[in-house]
Amino acid sequence: MNETAVSVSTMVEISLDGESVRVPEGSTILDACRREGINTPTLCWAENLTPVNVCRVCVVEVEGSRVLVPSCSRKVEEGMVVATDTERVRTSRRMVYELLASSVEMDRAAPEVQAWIDHYGARPERMGDPAEIATQAQPVKVQDDLYVRDYERCILCYKCVEACGDDAQHTYAIATAGRGFGAHISTEHDVSLPDSACVYCGNCIGVCPTGALAFKTEHDMREAGTWDESRQSVATTVCSFCGVGCNLELHVQDERIVKVTSPADHSVTYGHLCIKGRFGWQHAHA
Amino acid sequence: MPDLYFGATDEATDAERAAVAEAIAGFGPVVVRESERLVHAGRARTVERRQLLLPALHALQRASGWISPGGLDHVCSELEVPPAEAYGVATFYHLFTHEPPRADDTLHVCDDVACRLFGAVDLIDDLRAEGHYVKASPCLGQCERGPAVMVQRTGRDDLTVTAVDGGRVTTAEVAVAIDTATSTPSVTLPQAGSGDLRLLARVGVVDPSSLDDYRAHGGYRALEAALAMGGDRVIAEVTASGLSGRGGAAFPTGVKWRGVADQEGRPRHLVCNADESEPGTFKDRVVMEGDPFSLVEAMTVAGTAIGAEQGWLYIRGEYPVATARLRHAIDEAYAAGLLGGDVAESGIRFDLTLRSGAGAYICGEETALFNSLEGKRGEPRNKPPFPTTHGLFGEPTAINNVETLVNVLPIVQMGGEAYAAEGTERSPGTKLFCLSGRVNRPGTYEVEFGATLRDLMDLAGGLVDGSELRAVMLGGAAGSFVGPEALDMPLTLEDTRVAGASLGSGVVMVFDQHDDLVDTVRRIAEFFRDESCGQCVPCRVGTVRQEEVLVRLGRGSHIDDERDLLDDLATVMRDASICGLGQTASGAIRSAIELGLLDGIAATGGTEGEGSR
Amino acid sequence: MWGSNARNAHPIFFHHALRGVANGARMWTVDPRRTGTAKFADHWLGLNVGTDIGLAHGVAREIIVAGLTNDEFIEHATTGYEEFVAFVEPWTLEHTSAVTGVPAEAIRDLAHAYATADKAQICWTLGITEHHTGVDNVQSLCNLSLLTGHVGRWGSGLVPLRGQNNVQGGGDMGALPNKLTGFQDVEDDEARAKFEAAWDCTIPPANGWNLTQMFEAMERDELKAVYCIGENPVDSEADAKHARAMLERLDCLVVQDVFMTRTVEMADVVFPAALGWAESDGTATNSERRVQRMRAAVPPPGQARQEVEIINDLAAAMGDDRWGNPTPEDLWEELRTVSPMHGGMSWARLEQEGGIQWPCPTEDHPGSPFLHGRLWERPVGGRRAPFSCVEDQPPLDELSDDFPLRLTTVRALDSYNTGVQTEHFNSPIRTGEALSLSVADAEALGVVDGELVTVSSRRGSIEMTVEVEEHLAVGLCHTTFHFPETTDVNQITSDAVDPKAGTAEFKAAAIRVDKLVAEGQADGELVGDRA
Repeated sequence: MNETAVSVSTMVEISLDGESVRVPEGSTILDACRREGINTPTLCWAENLTPVNVCRVCVVEVEGSRVLVPSCSRKVEEGMVVATDTERVRTSRRMVYELLASSVEMDRAAPEVQAWIDHYGARPERMGDPAEIATQAQPVKVQDDLYVRDYERCILCYKCVEACGDDAQHTYAIATAGRGFGAHISTEHDVSLPDSACVYCGNCIGVCPTGALAFKTEHDMREAGTWDESRQSVATTVCSFCGVGCNLELHVQDERIVKVTSPADHSVTYGHLCIKGRFGWQHAHA
Repeated sequence: MPDLYFGATDEATDAERAAVAEAIAGFGPVVVRESERLVHAGRARTVERRQLLLPALHALQRASGWISPGGLDHVCSELEVPPAEAYGVATFYHLFTHEPPRADDTLHVCDDVACRLFGAVDLIDDLRAEGHYVKASPCLGQCERGPAVMVQRTGRDDLTVTAVDGGRVTTAEVAVAIDTATSTPSVTLPQAGSGDLRLLARVGVVDPSSLDDYRAHGGYRALEAALAMGGDRVIAEVTASGLSGRGGAAFPTGVKWRGVADQEGRPRHLVCNADESEPGTFKDRVVMEGDPFSLVEAMTVAGTAIGAEQGWLYIRGEYPVATARLRHAIDEAYAAGLLGGDVAESGIRFDLTLRSGAGAYICGEETALFNSLEGKRGEPRNKPPFPTTHGLFGEPTAINNVETLVNVLPIVQMGGEAYAAEGTERSPGTKLFCLSGRVNRPGTYEVEFGATLRDLMDLAGGLVDGSELRAVMLGGAAGSFVGPEALDMPLTLEDTRVAGASLGSGVVMVFDQHDDLVDTVRRIAEFFRDESCGQCVPCRVGTVRQEEVLVRLGRGSHIDDERDLLDDLATVMRDASICGLGQTASGAIRSAIELGLLDGIAATGGTEGEGSR
Repeated sequence: MWGSNARNAHPIFFHHALRGVANGARMWTVDPRRTGTAKFADHWLGLNVGTDIGLAHGVAREIIVAGLTNDEFIEHATTGYEEFVAFVEPWTLEHTSAVTGVPAEAIRDLAHAYATADKAQICWTLGITEHHTGVDNVQSLCNLSLLTGHVGRWGSGLVPLRGQNNVQGGGDMGALPNKLTGFQDVEDDEARAKFEAAWDCTIPPANGWNLTQMFEAMERDELKAVYCIGENPVDSEADAKHARAMLERLDCLVVQDVFMTRTVEMADVVFPAALGWAESDGTATNSERRVQRMRAAVPPPGQARQEVEIINDLAAAMGDDRWGNPTPEDLWEELRTVSPMHGGMSWARLEQEGGIQWPCPTEDHPGSPFLHGRLWERPVGGRRAPFSCVEDQPPLDELSDDFPLRLTTVRALDSYNTGVQTEHFNSPIRTGEALSLSVADAEALGVVDGELVTVSSRRGSIEMTVEVEEHLAVGLCHTTFHFPETTDVNQITSDAVDPKAGTAEFKAAAIRVDKLVAEGQADGELVGDRA
């Protein structure tokens, strides 16, 4: 469709788990894995964000590399020999889950995260008595009627920072502050969100993989014990607030909209919305 | 570029504004209000100025003793950096503070592996008792005369205070140094006067503030020769010399330079990594304090050879003396036409900018250093791509350590082959070693490659009276421990590699039978936990869990109960961390376990976790 | 970006623009205010309100004089060039600068950058169209694209940003007084015959009235009954008082809406309707002509019904029993048979592909990412594009000693038009209505930030809170109009309309700001000044 940007993609041949496969030049190893149906865990990767390769659950073994490489960001090269299920890979992936789950609450992460934790037999409890080891336990931040930020669920995947910044919203209300285990997502001087640059597009919520960032509606329903995803349906429609044509996914429970997302592969939004699209639905229930 | 929001309720002070203006002079603010009807700004102007963020933050910290919200907003509006991002950058560095200062002077007292052997913990207590505002610090690079104090001052130059000749610095000496605003004089070189010295030949001999004196001692002859022979020839000589990187990775310097010189992309950069922060390392400081012009000349040789028009000297913020001397040397070189648009009338441009770090070991990692220079958080980048093609600002970059660069001067003057004739075949030339711990004459030593550990310890006057050698920390906290059986190992790249050790940054820290190695190893774990940038999970959480295990060991937990966990932590950190910090964070600890240094020793002191949390 | 604060009004479009900027695109912003959008720009040109045509002519003349025109394109694909050259001749940089307030050098830079760019787009919104010269404003921008050939090519073009999710679709469907579905002319006998055959009915052969003309017809008592669907003229017309008076004259007002608007309150018959985007199935067409499915997520409340059902039942009640009970899909598939540009967009494709840009004539056609490529065809496909010699005309609501300040209306990020929909969520960034004044004007008036003042125009007076804005041009004021219940800004906005489009000149009113005077301390001069 793009008359000038069409390029004939060159194919690259690599060895993937012993199979010789051909993938387009410029693909990542993760792309290649997905093409070949090799299920690969990810946490900090998202199709609508620039890979930051910080979580390290997608690491694979590449012949000639001293250390494991992140499949999400490493581009394939001709002749590359990749192994995705070696003992080294399994150990590192299991340890990443053990390290994360021993320090943050993972129970609201996507179901596949729990499945991977089980798959690799991660046992976070062996890191020590939760009362004695360092964790990210802290109170939830509820500072307005739209969002909550529950940073004891934050795995520091940087997705929210990217969505707030260069990858979508360009508002830069939040960034990583501090360092090491003390690194955390913060506004400047940790001012409250309403006092920050935040414009409440909710794109951070849209990309958060662990439920650390959530709609206030969801938070309140969870607190009240009424949140039930098995009773929710999702309808994709078009936002009514301007002519750009953003697709909205309306999550509905008991005939009420409880959350709004947008498809990450939609050519208009790439999963990102503005405050009106994300939160302007409330007139439907006025 | 963006529609930023500035929410600080206080305003920048006049002092802060003036300091920031000075820091960004030559560029000016992003937004130019041509008139009420015409404003220029935009992404290009913003991107160009982002690298001024770190100096601007230094300016704020120095002006008012902290990064005040009003001051930060001011910097952000001048440079169009989002305040949250700037806060994220500022909080990355230990030398920036985020609360109003408690005192005009903050005393950063090193309690790292070497200094804590010599009473650092007591010194901290004593200084606090006398009312000083003290922060425990990771290694300050003064291990040959620790414990060390770095005085960070509001509105004035920072100071380094240590004992002058042996012994522990007293609180009275610290007070006098502060009152007189005088740093402790540079160390005397143990090998001073020896005719065998090459890299250290001028240290302690030449006046570090005098370009004339430098020239009188052979200075700038290498540049003259280099310009005469041309860049390709210089690179060829460096390649022939077999010089390899002295920062730890030992990559062949000539190959690196050729790679950058062959890039078509412009501009290209030469970066000197003077962020010497590896615990136990102080050799680069000795060179920079004692012979600053040699580094400036070496960078000029390198930059003109590889076609880099811009050089950057990134020096750790804890080196106030070296920083001042280098600044002066750069100014003198500019004044003499040895830097700038027409280096020594060659028609070649080479500009040199000095930038100070602000307390982050990780910024010694080359890609973290680039990010730091670029005004971002000092988080390492995934490699590939490598600096040769995607370095500073994503442009072709050669990055070398101080010691590597100063080797270039003799190589250019004597020729690569002659240089390669010294040392061993695989490790040509000389090497600087940092001796500290239980030896009689700790300090920086220059020896030909091939000398053994025993040779070095003998050079340093042997073990102090009553000491029996228990272990040597070789290569720094990112290196490993070796026992007495390694004394006859030649300290070459090849021999240490065979032994599963590493020369690293040239650290030789000697421990005896009285030293509490459980505490030392725990301090190393604390160091890595404290210095992890926090970006990747294996290192961010792994270093915490590793330290927790070592604290448990110190409290009497048995190593056999923790071994599996330590092994797994070591594996994930080594295999899956982004950068060398995480990849090596377990090395010394594992080697200590393998040597049995942690077996059967109960904690002897109550120092665990002291201070730097 | 010319007359568009996309940062607030089209935030997700602006993400795409910023991606372009990150990739090296340069951005100029032309706007009386240095908006959020303008803050991202390399250069902001702050022109006087309503001088867009002058600025465009100045840019055009500079492109011509500097020899930067695309002569091949002009020769091949345009008409009226010579006349246009003569017409813009007086618009020297100096003259343009004097009219617009923009420094001459900046006009020159913009002209050269636009003309010499490999690809260039001009994007606009209501800053261009909400003037009495709205259509002329658009045409003056089109002239620039014709001079340079920045049209009809991938990456180049003219980009009007639509304000509503289906305003494009409404036009596509024929909700225009002069068009049938698919922009086929009402007055084209052949087109009409096609529809008459398909629909088994007779279509009136003459164009109908636009909204402005309808109100004029009401005034003449020629229009006696109105069926108003999803429009709130009582709040949204420039002269609200007049609109209300006209609607009151009607014999019959039927209003179909999702809210109890002030227009609904006046209706004789009300049809409560389902929300388009959340309670109905159908399609919407966005600014880039992308037809996308809307789907019902929740049932409509109370007695509200699907609009399709309401109209069907109304037809049946009026005695036409041929309509049956078509589903939205049935209606769409029928539409495809009469609208060639939608011909290839089957309901199934819309479901599957998520969105297709018209024209899409056949089922194997991928849709069209841009229009006007015909201008590059050899020979030109269809009519050549004409240059437009449009006159620069200042806003009709002139500044005077009595009304010395220029008020322009703007939009906040978190609110939408008259706030009917957006008032229902508690936005943490909502600050309410305020009149932004320049520092110099505030000082001259002796008012301070947060002070309540009287704001008067030739049409009325309201009370507003002052917000002093640093760097705002002297003589310029702005406000949103999202909160008519508390601050009825439409009482003071201009009642001028563009005769060509019927759009109101919301962007340019002449106002006066007076300090509120406490009871008993009335300053005679101030009171006496009031109209």
